[in-house]
Amino acid sequence: MQQSILEISYLIGSITFIVGLKMMGNAKTARKGNLIGAAGMTIAILGTIFLNEGKVSGLIYGLIFGAIALGTIIGWLTAKKVQMTKMPELVSMFNGMGGACAALISLIEFNHYVHTEFPKLAFLGMMTGEFHPPHGFLLAIFAGLVIGSISFSGSVIAYLKLNGTMNKPLRLPAYNIINLIVLLATLGFLALMVYYGGVKLDRPTMMPNGSMVYILLALALLYGVLFTVPIGGADMPVVISLLNSFTGLAAAFGGFLYDNKVMLTGGILVGSAGTLLTVVMCKAMNRSLGSVIFGAFGGGSAAAGNAAEVTGSIKDIQVSDLAVMMNYSKKVVIVPGYGLAVAQAQHIIHELELLLEERGVEVKYAIHPVAGRMPGHMNVLLAESNVSYDKLVEMEDINPEFEQTDVVLVVGANDVVNPAAKTDPSSPIYGMPILEVDKAKNIIVNKRSMSAGYAGIDNLLFYDPKCSMFFGDAKKALTELVAELKTM
Amino acid sequence: MEQILNFISTNREMIYFVVLSIFVGVEVIGGVPTVLHTPLMSGANAIHGVVIVGAIYVMLKVDVSNTLALVLGFLAVLLGTLNVVGGFVVTDRMLEMFKKK
Repeated sequence: MQQSILEISYLIGSITFIVGLKMMGNAKTARKGNLIGAAGMTIAILGTIFLNEGKVSGLIYGLIFGAIALGTIIGWLTAKKVQMTKMPELVSMFNGMGGACAALISLIEFNHYVHTEFPKLAFLGMMTGEFHPPHGFLLAIFAGLVIGSISFSGSVIAYLKLNGTMNKPLRLPAYNIINLIVLLATLGFLALMVYYGGVKLDRPTMMPNGSMVYILLALALLYGVLFTVPIGGADMPVVISLLNSFTGLAAAFGGFLYDNKVMLTGGILVGSAGTLLTVVMCKAMNRSLGSVIFGAFGGGSAAAGNAAEVTGSIKDIQVSDLAVMMNYSKKVVIVPGYGLAVAQAQHIIHELELLLEERGVEVKYAIHPVAGRMPGHMNVLLAESNVSYDKLVEMEDINPEFEQTDVVLVVGANDVVNPAAKTDPSSPIYGMPILEVDKAKNIIVNKRSMSAGYAGIDNLLFYDPKCSMFFGDAKKALTELVAELKTM
Repeated sequence: MEQILNFISTNREMIYFVVLSIFVGVEVIGGVPTVLHTPLMSGANAIHGVVIVGAIYVMLKVDVSNTLALVLGFLAVLLGTLNVVGGFVVTDRMLEMFKKK
């Protein structure tokens, strides 16, 4: 009876995941979809705890409830308090925790196997002369352990990269070969452990020894680090999305282990959806998944090679001139980038937009697919400061409009407006679709300094004769601009 | 060879299940606008937190005298909860902003 109700609660959970995820694909139903998924998850979790039929000591219930209570409080507060600019880091962190959870499950399950199941099997083996390790069971355990650990250590590195602690891609010489060797070693060791049963008997005591699993754990953790470390910051969203689908896969292996359908559906769903999302993201940046993982990007050598070709000079513009220019424009397009978000200038840019609209200037925002740190990140940031949804125009739709645009104001964006992506085949970002701001009549770039963008390369746009630099911290500079405009 | 065939035939329901789930996953994401990629990734991130069910499951059958397993199990449930709760709450925060026009 209880078992049937539990199965039904898992069925409900699985359906809500599918429906919820589907609804999240549409802006109108997205929020509800997320809540439906959360409700299904709650049902599945409560079912697992309360519909359990075995006898369980109070201590264990206490620990479970303690962990859930603590996790809920910390998770809730962190998610509520985090600044929207820091969101990609947070998603990465939560993803890593899911991976670590999957790895821990495998470790405990293996520990259990070593001390209860293995001795029985070994005894049987001694009687009959044949030892049959449970291959499927071990494969599910070790695969969950390896994938979960890779996801965990990879996510931690992604987190450190996104928050700037580790902002240079670090490359060992021949890192691709080293990575491949570590990966093959991990997989090979996994296969051996599955084949031979994963446990050795210590002689002469004949005690089962399961410590080899820690070697597998160490290899997987090492691979997660090596895998993520050489990847440049600009490609981090792709990596997080990929690690996200890894964790899904790890959860699915947990589902195999327990023949648990809700873990299977949830895990596989995220695994396949996450992989597709990763590919779609790569497409938006015109990069193949292979070149993200194995290729060089955002390194220093490419920047040095490019700098020599840059000719011309950079001119800057004063706030009063800029205010006049904007005031008498018909159409202004704002190109927001991560720099805008870092300077917390979303609100002041909205004020600028309202002020210009009041004066009869048409204002739009051009959103590059990877503006911010993740696809759609910029939309979230601008929506937070009440910018109307229909003012945000996607790249394909805004590009033809630049020719009729009087002023393009680029705030804190760099690589997504770099014409080198179209003109210079030697550039590392060559081929990436960009916002064609160089077609506009005037280009104003707000930057704190002349430093290179996230991809670490020089921007030819700044040397364009139509381009003027408006130096300063985005928030401070825009506040001055708004003040100047108000006096007119 | 025979072993592999045996494996497939004994696990055929599971294999159907996996293959169909993969297609559902691909279908569900198809045609999503770029704008929603980040919330979607975050939502999917919360959903793989379902691994917490496994953590609870393993905890329920841990031997009380096995301190190592108790500690690791506690950690697993804690991390799983963080993944689930944090994931759903941060996704809701992102999507909340899309709603008000």
